[in-house]
Amino acid sequence: MASVTLSIQKTAEAASPAISPTLLSVRGLTTSFATPEGEVRAVNDVTFDLKPGETVGVVGESGSGKSQLFMSIMGLLAGNGRATGSVRFRGKEILGLPAPALNRIRGEKISMIFQDPMTSLNPYLKVSAQMVEVLRLHKGMDKAAARARAVEMLDLVRIPEARRRLDMYPHEFSGGMRQRVMIAMALLCRPDLLIADEPTTALDVTVQAAILDLMADLKREFDTSIILITHDLGVIAGLADRVMVMYAGRVIETGDVRDIFAKPGHPYTRALLRSMPRIDSDTLEELPTIPGQPPNLQHLPVGCNFQDRCLFRFDRCVVEDPALLPIDPALGLARAKACHLEHSPEAYSPEVRR
Amino acid sequence: MLSYAVRRLFGAIPTLLVILTITFFLVRLAPGGPFDGERTLPAEIERNLAAVYHLNEPLPMQYLRYLGQVVQGDFGPSFKYKDFSVTQLIWSGFPVSLQLGGTAMLLAVVIGTALGAFSALRQNSGLDHAVMGTAMVGIAVPNFVVAPLLTLVLGVHLGWLPTGGWGTWSQMLLPVVALALPQIAYIARMTRASMIETLRSNFIRTARAKGLPERVTILRHALKGALLPVVSYLGPATAAVITGSVVIEQIFGIPGIGRYFVQGALNRDYTLVMGVVIFYGVLIILFNLIVDLAYGLLDPRVRYD
Amino acid sequence: MVLNDPLATSPASPAPIRGRSLWSDAWRRLMRNKAAVTALAVLALVVLACFAGPALIPFDLDEIFWDAIMAPPDLAAGHYFGTDTNGRDLAVRTLHGGRISLMVGLVATAVSLTIGVIYGATAGYLGGRVDSVMMRLVDVLYSLPFMFFVILLMVFFGRNIVLIFVAIGAVEWLDMARIVRGQTLSIKRKEFIEAARAGGVRPLSIIRRHIIPNTLGPVVVYMTLTVPKVILLESFLSFLGLGVQEPMTSWGVLISEGSANMESAWWMLVFPAVFLAVTLFSLNFIGDGIRDALDPKDR
Repeated sequence: MASVTLSIQKTAEAASPAISPTLLSVRGLTTSFATPEGEVRAVNDVTFDLKPGETVGVVGESGSGKSQLFMSIMGLLAGNGRATGSVRFRGKEILGLPAPALNRIRGEKISMIFQDPMTSLNPYLKVSAQMVEVLRLHKGMDKAAARARAVEMLDLVRIPEARRRLDMYPHEFSGGMRQRVMIAMALLCRPDLLIADEPTTALDVTVQAAILDLMADLKREFDTSIILITHDLGVIAGLADRVMVMYAGRVIETGDVRDIFAKPGHPYTRALLRSMPRIDSDTLEELPTIPGQPPNLQHLPVGCNFQDRCLFRFDRCVVEDPALLPIDPALGLARAKACHLEHSPEAYSPEVRR
Repeated sequence: MLSYAVRRLFGAIPTLLVILTITFFLVRLAPGGPFDGERTLPAEIERNLAAVYHLNEPLPMQYLRYLGQVVQGDFGPSFKYKDFSVTQLIWSGFPVSLQLGGTAMLLAVVIGTALGAFSALRQNSGLDHAVMGTAMVGIAVPNFVVAPLLTLVLGVHLGWLPTGGWGTWSQMLLPVVALALPQIAYIARMTRASMIETLRSNFIRTARAKGLPERVTILRHALKGALLPVVSYLGPATAAVITGSVVIEQIFGIPGIGRYFVQGALNRDYTLVMGVVIFYGVLIILFNLIVDLAYGLLDPRVRYD
Repeated sequence: MVLNDPLATSPASPAPIRGRSLWSDAWRRLMRNKAAVTALAVLALVVLACFAGPALIPFDLDEIFWDAIMAPPDLAAGHYFGTDTNGRDLAVRTLHGGRISLMVGLVATAVSLTIGVIYGATAGYLGGRVDSVMMRLVDVLYSLPFMFFVILLMVFFGRNIVLIFVAIGAVEWLDMARIVRGQTLSIKRKEFIEAARAGGVRPLSIIRRHIIPNTLGPVVVYMTLTVPKVILLESFLSFLGLGVQEPMTSWGVLISEGSANMESAWWMLVFPAVFLAVTLFSLNFIGDGIRDALDPKDR
């Protein structure tokens, strides 16, 4: 596991790219969408760093902005979306780069795989065509070399009979196999960073486990940084070094994966953990769910965004929006939460309102 | 795929039979015979004429006789153009109609898809609005309005193009454009809509995430999927162009099948009208089959079984 | 939502979102669509002109002015659109023709609607073999060169206006039947249909009371797009000389006469053509607008 020494260093931005210890450095990223009903802020002032080889899990409900955060970084926002702030990749600003410049990074240095493998591959092109074009574009390989490399990658993601299946169309693969193809395609150029947006959500449970195993193996093999976006904390437990919890467009808690699981700092994180089935529990009690709905992004409440659903709400929560502040001053923002509670929620006995 | 084509051809037989039957009985049940218009003929001559055309036989007999002929590609003699068989008339008009309709379809597909794709890529720009507004005009204004208006301006007032006739390029231009315009409009709107939808699809997002240049993303990844609806529209488009050509041939005095049809209908030329309807039926069915096969070639997910 | 929920009544919680019905929601969106609203206004003007206009013009439909045969538009003489080859006032004729065209559009659409909805709902509701036979018939009819049958009908059975309604309605019901069938298939699996069936409601009543009302959305959209198609079809027939007969007239008839005389009397072509084009234009825009308004996909 990676050590938790990340913090905002003023000097990091000035440092030269070559010796920069951070792979990806995001500062104050805010993404909003223009809609007929007005502007909707899907991502709100998100700041974080990622080191080479590190795996970060990004957790949140749908609508928490976790996907849009990384769509913004990849320049894949819908036409009505706009991102501001700063995203540095190996010290170089990439937010707002024009597409041609961005295309030298996308697919080669940073790859992304998506939730729905059924629709993420082009149904009209053979898998070979879709893989070969990446290598020809980024690596300038000739067709034969690119095909050989593609077969190699398909083998690596454990697709049986890779050579034969290379020339098949996506619809001839099962869902899990398609996600393997997506992963193989994403890793073709040995990227520094792989962003996986809910890679297992659309798959069967057994297939999910296999894909997660595969990703763990590949992480070891390629030493690629991985950002794993999910709504399921269980997915993160085995894979991530660090966790970033998002709610209503903001990061509300960050920390080492063990710290987060052992001692969640934010009531929302605690609720997420409690709604997770546990193998080591022999009781048959019902899993608690988080009552209520995430707030409407167009009409965010005054004060904390989580107040309506929070079991620990007190006077301050409805008037003052909590900032993301370090829990352990020594670790800085690497272990932080956006909550007015002084201690971990576990320290309080909430009036049960259910 | 070959067996699919053969099966489809056999499947078309009942449809053709329906066409033939409806046409036959519709024409026969209609009040007024083919020789009504001319001065009253002596009873004997009328009887002779009826015998020549087998009009004196019972209706079922006539139907079977006609069926037998048609199967052999013989539509019988024309009632009005006495020296010609219907088959001869159709074959004399077909090359002209094919040239007119084929050119119009080609024009419609090329210009329609280009305009539609262009509009989609510049969605909500001034150009997009201009193209779509014009397309709406193309759909709303029928070709029997467009054709005379074009002729009025370009032919009569400016004198740039001939207002009728057939054979030279300048004579072809106005009728082809008038016939193609509504189809250009339909295809442009369809292409735009499906292109916009395709550009929003997940696999286009994947292509962008792979760092492909926008040109490759559009040409290799988006265009094919976006054009599939256009391909399946080609069937109905053919039917529409054939129908439209009836009017266009009438307006510009073009010696095609459409004009024979209108003349035949107005003259109660039974055999000619029936021949044309059946001929067009076969044409539309064949074209639909070709379109379906082409669709199957373009979309790997389509299975023939 | 439970009203006594303490969480919901916290002072900072946002105002509760008002329930919006599909139709009021769609209406709101339609009214925000400038093109559709403009088209609606223009159409209203055309309809008003066609039905109230002739009363304001002091000429009759078939009143002949021997001193003004094929006279160009003349404001002083009161022939705002000029006169035709028989010296009849073109403005009156254009507006009268509009009545016929609009009426054909509405009535023939209603015919196609009735046939299509009943046929489609029955096929979809009964399902199974009945459905496949019924839809196979539709497929066969689809591949027929229908326009030609309509032309034949008009030729052989006379140019009767009722026949125009029936003929056009009979051509246009196929699409409607397909749409309604598709809708019905998806609706009939819903719980409230199961409940009705379990409660012993007869199939016919279920179709009438539950299925048809729930297919309304797509049907309305399709209907608005059918009206211009039908008007076009009538004009097409009239243009070929197979539509309504003298002394009645329609835009198609007028355009046909106009295009025959366009070299000497442009007004005979231009005025009816503009009326027809503007009407079709508006109807298409309204249809598009309603479709966008009812389809929340692009919201």
